Amino acid sequence: MKHTRLATAAVMTAALAACGTTSTPQPQTPAQAKAEPVTITVHTFGGGENFGYDKAVEAWNAAHPGIQVKYQNLTDRFEDVYLPQLLQRLQAGSGAADVVAIDEGAMGLMAARPQFFADLGQYGMQNRKADFPAAKWEAGVNADGKLFALGTDIGGMTMCYRKDLFKKAGLPTAREDVGKLWPDWNAFLETGRKFEAAKTGAKFMDGPNTIYNVILSQEAPKNGNVAYFDKGNQLVIESNPAIKTSFDWVQTFSKAGMTAKLQAWSPAWDKAIKGGGFATMGCPSWMLGVIEGKAGEGNRGNWDVAAVPGGSGNWGGSWLALPKQSKHPKEAAEVLNYLTGKDGHVMAFEEAGAFPSSLPAQQDAKVTGLKNAYFNDAPTGQIFSASVKDLLPMFLGEKHAQVKTAVEKVIEGMDQGAVPYEEAWARFVAAGVKAAG
Amino acid sequence: MNIAPPQPARPPRPGPQARRAVGRPSPGGGRWSRFDLRGIPYLLVSPYYLLFAVFGVFPLGYTLWISLHDWELAGDKSWLGLGNYAELVADAEFWNAVGNTLGIFVLATVPQLLLALMLANALNKRLRGRLILRLGVLLPLVTSVVAVAVIFSQLFSRDYGLVNWLLGTPITWQNEKWSSWIAIAVMIDWRWTGYNAIILLAAMQTIPRDLYEAAAIDGASPRRQFWRITVPMLRPTMVFVVFVSTIGGLTLFAEPVMFEGNPMMTGGTTGQYQTVAMFVVKEGFRDFDMGYAAAAAWLLFVLILLGTLVNYLFTRRIR
Repeated sequence: MKHTRLATAAVMTAALAACGTTSTPQPQTPAQAKAEPVTITVHTFGGGENFGYDKAVEAWNAAHPGIQVKYQNLTDRFEDVYLPQLLQRLQAGSGAADVVAIDEGAMGLMAARPQFFADLGQYGMQNRKADFPAAKWEAGVNADGKLFALGTDIGGMTMCYRKDLFKKAGLPTAREDVGKLWPDWNAFLETGRKFEAAKTGAKFMDGPNTIYNVILSQEAPKNGNVAYFDKGNQLVIESNPAIKTSFDWVQTFSKAGMTAKLQAWSPAWDKAIKGGGFATMGCPSWMLGVIEGKAGEGNRGNWDVAAVPGGSGNWGGSWLALPKQSKHPKEAAEVLNYLTGKDGHVMAFEEAGAFPSSLPAQQDAKVTGLKNAYFNDAPTGQIFSASVKDLLPMFLGEKHAQVKTAVEKVIEGMDQGAVPYEEAWARFVAAGVKAAG
Repeated sequence: MNIAPPQPARPPRPGPQARRAVGRPSPGGGRWSRFDLRGIPYLLVSPYYLLFAVFGVFPLGYTLWISLHDWELAGDKSWLGLGNYAELVADAEFWNAVGNTLGIFVLATVPQLLLALMLANALNKRLRGRLILRLGVLLPLVTSVVAVAVIFSQLFSRDYGLVNWLLGTPITWQNEKWSSWIAIAVMIDWRWTGYNAIILLAAMQTIPRDLYEAAAIDGASPRRQFWRITVPMLRPTMVFVVFVSTIGGLTLFAEPVMFEGNPMMTGGTTGQYQTVAMFVVKEGFRDFDMGYAAAAAWLLFVLILLGTLVNYLFTRRIR
């Protein structure tokens, strides 16, 4: 192990330096350990308000002078910044936080690497099972059958829209009326046609991949809760009707010229959220925090939330895990237990709008009754509670993140004209097969 | 016409005997003085070589070792022999990246060196405010690569870009090979043309004046003087400049990454401008296939060696 560590450190110095984050390990001598408070680091990712742990951490630190939590949101990019960095730190045996957040896309990958994570069952968290929906709980059990991660938020699904642009296009603006415009995706397409015909200067939707993920999240539960991989980790990209249906819808929207051809999470996308470059965007709960963060105070009240066409779905959501390399696993486990507990979930929801996966938190009056001031006091608690009812999150294979990235590039290329429409499906499948291989 | 550069006259070096005589008297006998003489110089230059061994030679060797394995980042590792190389040679995406790298390299380097040569020649003339002008061409070099790439990516952006505004076109510059290559080549040239011009200028100034005077008396036009005196005399410097440009061009990374707008390393939706360096990072740190990435890195190394060799043969012919 030692030579691997040294080697990895040397080879990856450049990459780590490029990432630009430094984490200094806290020196702890045994004699001082009692007197000095233990510092537990918590690392998360995400744009805008991200995990929303500021208040929860403040409350914990005030109540626990002996265990101080240092909470850091490292980056807004998960697949290409946070995940590679976390893997390098796990491999190197140092540098990872005591509590790390993991996005759903990488849960299959992490579950296949039990050697890096502590067994949460050792710290009495086996009894938390009743707190979570079955699918959320099971994703946190790794290849060795040990519990290694507990759920934080869950996506749910709604449709965000720009009130000012809807008004300009002569469409209804009240959220109930807007929801009634699109009971299903056909109706959504029709609304899009009307919007485009009004020539507001904006496009109906942001880009191809947001809508693709929204529809996939609704289609996957209809096809055995699987997306690119079946439960035996075999690639089913070509045979799973959920993928083809979602792909076809995106192609329809793209051919109709309704997308602003923007790549999600790019500077141009940020600019368009702020400047009104498009009118609708699929909104899992955490996306509300992203919009609020990117659109800024100047747009307060311009964005609103309506029901999504096609019923409930889930996109995204995260887990917290405890790397084995932590020097204070017992204290870290307490912090993890707190943040994934009812209070942690509720406070995160209040701060960032990330909808709790914890069942007791979902029933809490603070959650069901919460309104989001930024979105015209939308009753987000109620809207998201309805959207996650009877929800079945999908199974994600070990290489889900790689396949997702590869096929979404093809969709983007198709939307921007680099991939001809008639070749797009074949290229999509080929890209998925290559990324999985 | 072939003119050997003048050799500066060196003062005669003191022989070893003379130096030993000034060495300090050693009470401990000859051992210390022998070490002082033979060992100390090595000791003094050793820090560089130690660092080079740790950060240069070791990673090279270790990368080779990794490239012979199916090596997942923070995952399984198994011996594969030359399997990664065999797969790589048949991988269309790898060759696409090689093609992009070479294409951007040619598109950037050829105009850049010609421009640098002309700039240097112009700056070598008697001009008003010569110092300011000379400093001016070097100025782009002191900006950070990332800053240059960010600004140029905005200039070349689809919706609010200055270039589209000037041309009156709605081009998505990232969308096609030709357009993305041009945008990236412009970034490289903006930053490096001045640097190369200054190096060539410095070399031009070492060319003895009397050659030009003699040529002028013989009736050679300034153009003829440039091609028959300046260019041949610049040959060693040209070789240096071309080598450095080759190495820089073939390891091109920051500009296309910033141009893409996010660090996914795919170089556009269909790899329109994915360079080999980006391919390596994508395989290693996006798909977590370190073995494959290491093999690609070694092939890149071989490519650079070949490229430099070709350039060497080519520049040798400039006489």
